[in-house]
Amino acid sequence: MNTPISWIKAYVPDLDVDINEFVDAMTLSGSHVEGYEKKDKNLEKIVVGRIEKIEKHPDADKLIVCQVNVGSETLQIVTGAPNLKEGDITPVVLDGGKVAGGHDGSPLPEDGIKIKKGKLRGVESCGMMCSIEELGSSRDLYPEAPENGVYVFPEDADVKPGDDAVAALGLNDAVVEYEITSNRVDCFSMIGMAREVAATFDKKFIPPVVTVKGSGGDVNDYVSVEVQDTDLCTRYTARVVTDIKIGPSPKWMRERLAAQGIRSINNLVDITNYVMEEYGQPMHAYDLDTIAGNKIIVRRAKDGDKFTTLDGQERTMDHDVLMICDGDKEIGIAGIMGGENSMVTDSINTLLFEAACFDGTNIRLSTKRIGLTTDAAAKFVKGLDPNLAILAMNRACQLIEELGCGKVVDGVVDVYPNPVSEVKLPFEPEKMNRLLGTEVSSAQMLGYFEKLGLSYDEKTNMLTIPTFRQDLKCMADLAEEVGRFYGYDNIPTTLPKGEATAGKKPYSERIADKVRNICESNGFSGAMCYSFESAKVFDKLLLPADAKERSAIEIMNPLGEDFKIMRTLPLNGILTSIATNYNRRNKEARLYELANVYIPKALPLTELPDEKMKLAMAMYGAGDFFDLKGVIEEMFDKLGFGKEVTFEPVSSHTFLHPGRQADIRKGNIDIGYMGQLHPEAADNYNIKTEVYVAVLNMDIVTMLSTFDRKYEGIAKFPGMTRDLSLVVDKAIFVGQIEAVIKKCGGKLLESVKLFDVYEGEQVAEGKKSVAYSMTFRAKDRTLEDAEVSKLIDKILNELGKLGIEIRA
Amino acid sequence: MKEKLQGIKDKALASIEQAKDASMINDIKVAILGKKGELTQVLKGMKDVAPEDRPKVGQLVNEARQSIEEKLEAKLKSINNAMRAEKMKRETIDVTLPGVKKIQGHRHPNQIAIEDLERVFIGMGYEVVEGPEIEYDKYNFELLNIPANHPAKDEQDTFYITKDILLRTQTSPVQARIMEQGKLPIRIISPGRVFRSDEVDATHSPSFHQMEGLVIDKNITMSDLKGTLDQFAKEFFGENTKTKFRPHHFPFTEPSAEVDITCFKCGGKGCRVCKGSGWIEILGCGMVHPHVLEMCGIDPEIYSGFAFGIGLERVTLLKYEIDDMRLLYENDVRFLNQF
Repeated sequence: MNTPISWIKAYVPDLDVDINEFVDAMTLSGSHVEGYEKKDKNLEKIVVGRIEKIEKHPDADKLIVCQVNVGSETLQIVTGAPNLKEGDITPVVLDGGKVAGGHDGSPLPEDGIKIKKGKLRGVESCGMMCSIEELGSSRDLYPEAPENGVYVFPEDADVKPGDDAVAALGLNDAVVEYEITSNRVDCFSMIGMAREVAATFDKKFIPPVVTVKGSGGDVNDYVSVEVQDTDLCTRYTARVVTDIKIGPSPKWMRERLAAQGIRSINNLVDITNYVMEEYGQPMHAYDLDTIAGNKIIVRRAKDGDKFTTLDGQERTMDHDVLMICDGDKEIGIAGIMGGENSMVTDSINTLLFEAACFDGTNIRLSTKRIGLTTDAAAKFVKGLDPNLAILAMNRACQLIEELGCGKVVDGVVDVYPNPVSEVKLPFEPEKMNRLLGTEVSSAQMLGYFEKLGLSYDEKTNMLTIPTFRQDLKCMADLAEEVGRFYGYDNIPTTLPKGEATAGKKPYSERIADKVRNICESNGFSGAMCYSFESAKVFDKLLLPADAKERSAIEIMNPLGEDFKIMRTLPLNGILTSIATNYNRRNKEARLYELANVYIPKALPLTELPDEKMKLAMAMYGAGDFFDLKGVIEEMFDKLGFGKEVTFEPVSSHTFLHPGRQADIRKGNIDIGYMGQLHPEAADNYNIKTEVYVAVLNMDIVTMLSTFDRKYEGIAKFPGMTRDLSLVVDKAIFVGQIEAVIKKCGGKLLESVKLFDVYEGEQVAEGKKSVAYSMTFRAKDRTLEDAEVSKLIDKILNELGKLGIEIRA
Repeated sequence: MKEKLQGIKDKALASIEQAKDASMINDIKVAILGKKGELTQVLKGMKDVAPEDRPKVGQLVNEARQSIEEKLEAKLKSINNAMRAEKMKRETIDVTLPGVKKIQGHRHPNQIAIEDLERVFIGMGYEVVEGPEIEYDKYNFELLNIPANHPAKDEQDTFYITKDILLRTQTSPVQARIMEQGKLPIRIISPGRVFRSDEVDATHSPSFHQMEGLVIDKNITMSDLKGTLDQFAKEFFGENTKTKFRPHHFPFTEPSAEVDITCFKCGGKGCRVCKGSGWIEILGCGMVHPHVLEMCGIDPEIYSGFAFGIGLERVTLLKYEIDDMRLLYENDVRFLNQF
């Protein structure tokens, strides 16, 4: 919502504040100012001057030399303007002053144009006489200005040399832009904003006194109105104007409309636009001679109805679009746009004015379905006060009379079956103070309410809420009014009292924090990816057609195919990020993300899906499978469940290298999986290097994690270390060997470390050599050599069953 | 005898003084104090001394022995010191060479913001709770005073899954869920992902994060809301931060406010970050609407409360002067490494 200060002053004449003070105070009273534009920001040192004498330029045919009286002195000014004569009064910018733009009306430069004394073809010129374009305006607003040349004040203008020319032309205005919240429908109008301004600065609010003289006759002889769908049209008012005289509007009206970005068309159109800006009520004008049967019917359209709006477009209606019809046809889409068939033209003689109240929600939905929105619709969408309709109607007729635009027929057709009545609310100062934490007196509160147009009846202790304030429905709403005029600034700052509460995080978040720390201490940085992605990711990740991950939740109205499904796998986001890094030639990258995947219980959704937190890790560059595995092992150790976790060779993950993938388990609990990204999948992401990934189920990790630790005592007795070098079939995983060693070693086996794996010349074909270092220790005594040898024999015996022998 | 001892002592001290290294010291020690050493020999010759003179001679021998031992020790120490000094001189390194770092990962800046916010509010007695990202219309809109066809539904450009299930557009549904559980008083915050149908550009993302706060108790006032957020702003943005509460409108709070803080870059003088105004809009808040309390089963005549919502990306972008929101979702390590 924009308001020129000058227009506001029309209703708040005592307003006299600096623009900065104005915007600050308005923002703090609830009308958030987004910005303002001073029309004269680039107009400096511009005064009124009278041309005393004109001579030809000695060296240039197209230039003249003028002696201009600017009040304090007479200046010599050279100009090429063709429209000047001695005695003309013009705006003059003095040496060192500024104008807004060039004389050709091209877009205005940000900082204006500086004017300096200089010589034109050898003759000194001490300033410049200005065209209306140079002053930042146009002939639309100042039709008296010449098409080509300097602006000359009309003879009856009340100006004299030396006056401020900017003020004299009314160019010293500022337009303020507000962000109006959706509850304040009344503030989408000059009157509404002026009421707020008056209340904010505690000045008198003087709205127009609306009266229509009338020229006799009876409106009912001209038109009848029938509203069939009163659910969508709560009020319909109509008046008739005869003997229409189309012509230009007065300058004050053109200026105000221009400040709102509305071009002046003619007096009729301008009046409807003016009233829409002033009261926030859209009006519509029909040529009564085009209306069949002198009858207006308001009803829903039929599905598939075609209708041509006044912009010449044919549009298709449906049964939820409200139409304005005459005796035999549709003539307008209610509240959105009139029809070509009832359009007002310059030959109009009798006018039918419509000011109605249409259901905002229906207008909003209709504009979407039809694909057409207009300024009028934008007003209705907010949900207008039905009582505004009659006020706006009469205001428009008043302007018709004042502007000599036609004769207003007596009477109003007003179809208003269920009048909206004013709401009454109890005046509860204690409750309001208790909610706000303030001690505002009752008198002060009533003062604020009065300025806002609420009235108070002492006897019943009730406040009457005017219908234009449909947002005031309960004590809390009234408390906000008190708060904003008392000043949010003046509300004290306290802290909640009452029962103390313990600040804490969920246990799962404590685990997640640990996981983040461990990832980061191992070079993995936190990534953030989208929750929705393309359904193509399943193909990119080589998932079979029947993979359960393909059962993903779809968004009905996605931003596009690339954001259509809610992810069921956490890999695509992080792999896309890995690809970004790779393609930007970052030498290496390690990323992790902790985020949800969304697993539907059934499709289509009938209840909320399972949101499962996953840890996804991905890396390329330095490091391989075992570096990643090491990070995961360290993580599990730190989370207190590292000991019994196994990494089981599998080949079931289609998007991983079939020979380089493992399921991560504890017993039969599935913690996650890891491996090298399948080279084909890597290709699909345009990554030409080995990528290692891991996915962990955070719900399981959280369940297994424990912060319980028991001190076990530091070994007091010496341990005994034995090394074993074995020859093994290549196909046997070291995991199997370790399992045997651990089983046979029993309680006395403190640790087993793999320190060498070798394949090659010194080992037989199809075999590999693996070497372990084992430490045995008893807690309560020094171990005997024989005890350990017995265990080693047992281990070798078991390994023998797998065909494993000691290396010779 | 006395002279003999003095002679041994003088000779010993002189040769100790001459000694150049630890082995020479050792040789001297053996030659004088060893089993066959000169002084030991003197002691062995005690039997030839008259019995009445023996204590005196014994004392002299001990004195000589003690001063030789002291001298030996002192000399050895000085030789060792000199050697160590010499060794350390050789070991001198160029301390301006770069340190050896283990490659560390970095926390995502948005996560840092979440944790910083959580820390402040946990310290004030708030519990962190979570809510679903895919949510029922009922919690995201209806219970928050946003009925069917309310324009706010449009404004937020909701992603729908079905007619009744959607991607939450705000963290506020957590408010309704917690209130519905009916455990009072309530003092919670809830950070999380939210979604709105905005095209991706430098200042918009269809997926971003908010943090919701909710306090419900007896006698909670708007002044408590002001005090709480003022304290938060000081702890989060710095001791000198000031807050400005501007009236605003949210369907589920009344009265409502938007909160500006003095720009943390320029302190309120006006700069690029605050676009010259000296203030930065940081969050929306208000007193929980009595109708919302009622719908969630809380009696507004007894209880009142406040709620607030912070846009995390906004805080992150402002705090680190990140000029393009897309950087947060690209995960380029050259970006992440800076946090």
